[in-house]
Amino acid sequence: MPSLGADMDFGTLIAWHVGVGDQVHRGDIVADVDTDKSVIEVETFVTGTVEELLVPEGRRVPVGTPLALIREDAAPGGNGRGPAVPAAATSPTAAAGPRPAEAGAAQPTAPAPPATVSQTAPAPHHFASPLARRLAHELGVDLAAVTGTGPGGAVRREDVEAYAVSGAPARPPGVAPPEVSRGPLAGTDRQAAVRRAVAAAMARSNREIPHYYLTRDIDVSRAMAWLEAHNAAVGVTDRLLPVVVLLKATALALREAPDLNGTWEQDAFRAASHVHLGVAIALRGGGLVAPALHDADRLSLPELMTRLRDLTARARAGRLRSSEVADPTVTVTSLGDQGPDSVLPVIYPPQVAIVGLGRIRERPWAVDGLLGVRPVVTATLGADHRASDGHRGAVLLAALDRRLQDPENL
Amino acid sequence: MNQPTTAPDPAELRATVLRVLGEVAPEADTAGIDPAADLRDELELDSMDILNLAVGLFQATGVEVPERDYGSIVSVDGCVQYLSEHMAAGRQQ
Repeated sequence: MPSLGADMDFGTLIAWHVGVGDQVHRGDIVADVDTDKSVIEVETFVTGTVEELLVPEGRRVPVGTPLALIREDAAPGGNGRGPAVPAAATSPTAAAGPRPAEAGAAQPTAPAPPATVSQTAPAPHHFASPLARRLAHELGVDLAAVTGTGPGGAVRREDVEAYAVSGAPARPPGVAPPEVSRGPLAGTDRQAAVRRAVAAAMARSNREIPHYYLTRDIDVSRAMAWLEAHNAAVGVTDRLLPVVVLLKATALALREAPDLNGTWEQDAFRAASHVHLGVAIALRGGGLVAPALHDADRLSLPELMTRLRDLTARARAGRLRSSEVADPTVTVTSLGDQGPDSVLPVIYPPQVAIVGLGRIRERPWAVDGLLGVRPVVTATLGADHRASDGHRGAVLLAALDRRLQDPENL
Repeated sequence: MNQPTTAPDPAELRATVLRVLGEVAPEADTAGIDPAADLRDELELDSMDILNLAVGLFQATGVEVPERDYGSIVSVDGCVQYLSEHMAAGRQQ
């Protein structure tokens, strides 16, 4: 069960797209998982043959639980049997390093039991979610002393918190709760689950991340004039939205401020080698997801528009892929032309920064000593003070401003 | 000699608009839409949705809505009226 969000402890295997004996290739969608926020398509990061499906449809299991065994295509003379543990790392981001499932794949020699990759505390003698292990490590709690209340007796974050406060198990030891089987959430159940997931992530962010904020008002008259001319020259199907211009400029600016593009894990900043821009997308009926636009700094504006259009449609249809949910290295939130003048966003852990963009509005603006009116956007950077200081944040906002004054080169 | 023009059927246009809206926002309930209501409030449409609506209406009717006219297509009634006017104008040319 992949970790598809900092707030995710469990997931429900909704449907398998493969069966025993099927050949799969790296990147193939193999299953649908319900994270409570939405249904995510899970990709495999190995190529091989499905040997065994370990979790039945409808089963809710902790993050890190092996879902299937895939015999990797062996090199000549090798026996490439190994597990497929989609994104079994303890953190939801993988942009800076190898895909988490690659780290979990067994060596192509002797068959190995499906293993859960743990990069935080030593493996406990009974199962604990990655969040629970990390919290136990931070609080100095011995996981062996904590009674788990999750499926199969798994130790959850709440169990560790309760133990840390009282020193007692969260509930008297007894028969472990039965594993839960269900279909995908819908309607009010889904909305309630989304709210709980968002609440957990935002509460964690405010609890753990020392935010600092910087704002900058940016004259976007050049960018908007360029956009208007571009859109007038192309057909309706090729038009670009203003947000695409803002996203590309932000992605390029992040190249100049690498301290703000990455994650904070195990008391250290890990710079990302790519700019995978998480884009906050509002779900109809409430809730928010922020899937990644991979390599946003390398896409042309039309490519970015196409990807954003597709990502938005799939996010609202609950058809995001695991790599899109797990990979953002920084997030941008724009509440659009109906939104407020400015946004003070909350960082989505374990990222270290988030950029909030207010609506573009006409404002008085001084130009060469004269007062005029210009379209202006207020950009707000929320950043993790453990990873960067205000000077680095100011560099990012200055770079964003500079990029928006040169729209032809976005 | 000018050809006689026939105004497009409003009921057909309305059905077209609702079909396109259903494609733009399939997870939204389009059945009980107030035709005069602003779709940005009624269906929580954002700028991406409005653009997709313009694309869908173009593909369905051939009427291209310039950006400066987006404000005219933010309700079902607005869409029907806009399409009716521009399809009739197109037939007159």
